[in-house]
Amino acid sequence: MSHHIVEVKNLSHIYPDGTAALFDVSFRITHGESVAIIGANGAGKSTLLLHLNGCLSATSGEIRIGDTRLTAGTLPDIRRTVGMVFQDPDDQLFMPTVFEDVAFGPCNLGLSGMDVEQRVSDALERVGAAHLREKPPYHLSGGEKKRVAIATVLSMMPDILVMDEPTSGLDPFARRQLIGLMRDFQHTRIITSHDLDMVYEVCDRTIILKRGMVAADGSTGDLFENGELLKECQLERPLSLQGCPECAARIRSCGTAKC
Amino acid sequence: MHMADALLSPTVGVALWGASAGTIAYCSQKVSTEMDSGKVPLMGVLGAFIFAAQMINFTIPVTGSSGHLGGGLILTILLGPYAAFLTIASVLVVQALFFADGGLLALGCNIFNLGFFPAFIAYPLIYKKIIGREPTSAKITAASIVAAVIGLQMGAFGVVLETVFSGISALPFLTFVAMMQPIHLAIGIVEGVVTAAVVSFVYKARPEIIQSTLELSPMGSHPMRNILLAFLVMAMLMGGFVSRFASKNPDGLEWSITKVTGKVGMKGPEQGLHATLTALQEKIALLPDYSFRKNSELRKEESKPEAAQPFQKTEAKKTEDQKNLAGTSVAGLVGGTMTLGIAFLIGFALKRRRLPQRIVLS
Amino acid sequence: MASLQQAVLDLKNLDLLANGNSPIHRLDARAKVLVSFVFIICVVSCDRYEVAALFPFCVFPVVMISLSDLPPLFIIRKIALICPFVLAVGILNPVFDREILMQLGPLGISGGWMSFASILIRSTLTVGTACILVGVTGFTAVCQALERLGVPQIFAVQLLFLYRYIFVLTEESDRASRSRALRSCGKSGKGIRSFGSLTGHLLLRTWQRAERIHIAMLSRGFRGEFRSPKTSRFGTPDLVFVLGWTVYFAIIRSFDIPRSIGALLTGGGL
Ligand SMILES: Nc1ncnc2c1ncn2[C@@H]1O[C@H](COP(=O)(O)OP(=O)(O)O)[C@@H](O)[C@H]1O
Ligand SMILES: [Mg+2]
Repeated sequence: MSHHIVEVKNLSHIYPDGTAALFDVSFRITHGESVAIIGANGAGKSTLLLHLNGCLSATSGEIRIGDTRLTAGTLPDIRRTVGMVFQDPDDQLFMPTVFEDVAFGPCNLGLSGMDVEQRVSDALERVGAAHLREKPPYHLSGGEKKRVAIATVLSMMPDILVMDEPTSGLDPFARRQLIGLMRDFQHTRIITSHDLDMVYEVCDRTIILKRGMVAADGSTGDLFENGELLKECQLERPLSLQGCPECAARIRSCGTAKC
Repeated sequence: MHMADALLSPTVGVALWGASAGTIAYCSQKVSTEMDSGKVPLMGVLGAFIFAAQMINFTIPVTGSSGHLGGGLILTILLGPYAAFLTIASVLVVQALFFADGGLLALGCNIFNLGFFPAFIAYPLIYKKIIGREPTSAKITAASIVAAVIGLQMGAFGVVLETVFSGISALPFLTFVAMMQPIHLAIGIVEGVVTAAVVSFVYKARPEIIQSTLELSPMGSHPMRNILLAFLVMAMLMGGFVSRFASKNPDGLEWSITKVTGKVGMKGPEQGLHATLTALQEKIALLPDYSFRKNSELRKEESKPEAAQPFQKTEAKKTEDQKNLAGTSVAGLVGGTMTLGIAFLIGFALKRRRLPQRIVLS
Repeated sequence: MASLQQAVLDLKNLDLLANGNSPIHRLDARAKVLVSFVFIICVVSCDRYEVAALFPFCVFPVVMISLSDLPPLFIIRKIALICPFVLAVGILNPVFDREILMQLGPLGISGGWMSFASILIRSTLTVGTACILVGVTGFTAVCQALERLGVPQIFAVQLLFLYRYIFVLTEESDRASRSRALRSCGKSGKGIRSFGSLTGHLLLRTWQRAERIHIAMLSRGFRGEFRSPKTSRFGTPDLVFVLGWTVYFAIIRSFDIPRSIGALLTGGGL
């Protein structure tokens, strides 16, 4: 199961226009962990995620997924292992129908017709979007798009699920569904978000980025207690922790604020 | 300006379809050997951008009317000729299928008029020459305007030739030219200014986009030769078809051909297939059809060489033709109205038949 | 531009029609593309003065619309927006071609009017056919059919991309131009300067989007070749459809049926 380990060592990234977006970032995520990467706008969260499956290549430093170091040669394998859900589902859903979009990945893996069909059905089932399969993406609502975007990644059966701001732009109901979905996923999860309540519910561990550097790395509960740190990184404690420690405790124990 | 099916003869339409299809195949080949897998989504999305950009207007000073971005030139500046040609073609496909612009047969003409000229003439031979190696704002503006104007003039001339060669419109060649070219001068200047504004903006923000396309494999002798070859083959095809067609529709083009060459265009094919078909038709026809027989007799007469006074002769033929048509067209109109009625009855019958089915289903 | 917004809306609606489930919808897209082409070629090959002989061609759109349950009014509305260029060129025919060709009682009809009428009918038939083709097939299926009929894959695929992102981008530019209109008091803000930077921004955002899409494709294992999971078969119904219509078009093209009927009704030969 060492497959599911993500290791980032001394990663730096400078964009071609000279913006230094990441500076000496290091962490190690082990199997089954659920990790949030948070930080202010422009802190470098998206840049960091894009390195994890080789969409951007490091200016310096290295990345290991499992036992494999990320290089041009290992890229196809790594992309099969790391499933990436992008922030804007419109970027991710480019095929004519939901079915074809979800099938895009499995087809590229070289699967045959029946297997593709099976994977697509399973993935759509898991995100509760089976009824949408023949629809074109531009006829979907925001939440539906998001769910289908996740299905396109699930259909590749990744060992590590990476999501950039999964709850942005969702209504409360869709957000709640998504949280359930993320809790159900068995393998390693890495998400970025500004939705700290969601982070508090879903992630055990949090890494805070500040201007491209790791400002803190620890258990979500501990970090969110530290008001000083959050303020310094231009963050705020989640609402559920702000006046009502009790409901926070409830969330931790049963997963929803309502029970 | 979009060419339309309704003004097109099948021969001209098909010939240009062939030319455009050939160029598309050639460009696809070129783009896929570039091995840049990001090019395909880029082309598609920029094609969509052309639609989106047309929603943004600006007020043209003095006239007070509004203008917006055209397509061909800016796509070529951003993508290079091959990818741009494909993108322009796909924009036109969507327009033909959804916006009722032109039609499916005219697509060949439109792709040629609006794609070939900006991508393979105006961009490499004018825009690139003016820009040189180091673009500046002034050079971009000048190059865009000149290239847009020339590209559009050629496109407009293409529309004129295609229309006149088709012979559906009665507009004489010169009148048509005098109508189209000045209008497109104005359109071209506006398109040039708009293109320059957008390209200058992009050049300031992300110079590498403009620069990398400029450096994209310069169109050496080889690709240009292929394109020209395709064009020539097309021209010959068209010439062959048209010479046959011109004799049937003796105004406009033939008039100008006779003026230029001093003799009537070749009449060869007229006797072959068409005559056989007419003969066949006469044999099978339910009712004896005077019009057709007269027509074919007339054509036999015509095929005798008669180089002198071509103009008078075509005039004579025209009136003959018209007399024939006049005799039969009242009957035709009555019958036509009947057919139309029958057509809609069929439609109704089919609808009726389907109705109970739907009720059962629901 | 209101008309373009309307057009995009129509585009969505037309594409939704293709979700129907009629015998026509179920046919292979290639069959429908082929028949549409044969139809258009036959229509435009008619003589320029033909009016009545074009009428039997109306059977095709009428039958297609009724068999496939397309809303006739929607199609008619699309056809009614006859391309202004066609109108502009066509309306000049009566000016240049004044010879009387037909006598309807006291009324003499010139060749120019007849050919103008012919142009209008041609336009209706050909534009209507394009509409119906999309309405019973869907743009995607048309593209896939084109690919299987030999259109290069790269062309077909980027056509699909274009179609997909028309909706995203037109919304984006709609928002952008609305926000400019709100802030440009009167006309002062609507000149070429703000136009250039607004459109330029839209272009740059579009470019970035293309890059993100490419990244999304790469992360799902894309390596330059598109594989489609679906393949439909060209079966017997498709063959019957193609052959049936082709034969019909050939017949009405080579025999002037309205004239024969008319001749029968009006009493013999002429
Ligand atoms: N393509 C790019 N080119 C140049 N700079 C970029 C690019 N993308 C992001 N940046 C810059 O890198 C920094 C980090 O961006 P990003 O990772 O998107 O932040 P976040 O996702 O945390 O909001 C920002 O300062 C941003 O301006
Ligand atoms: Mg981000």
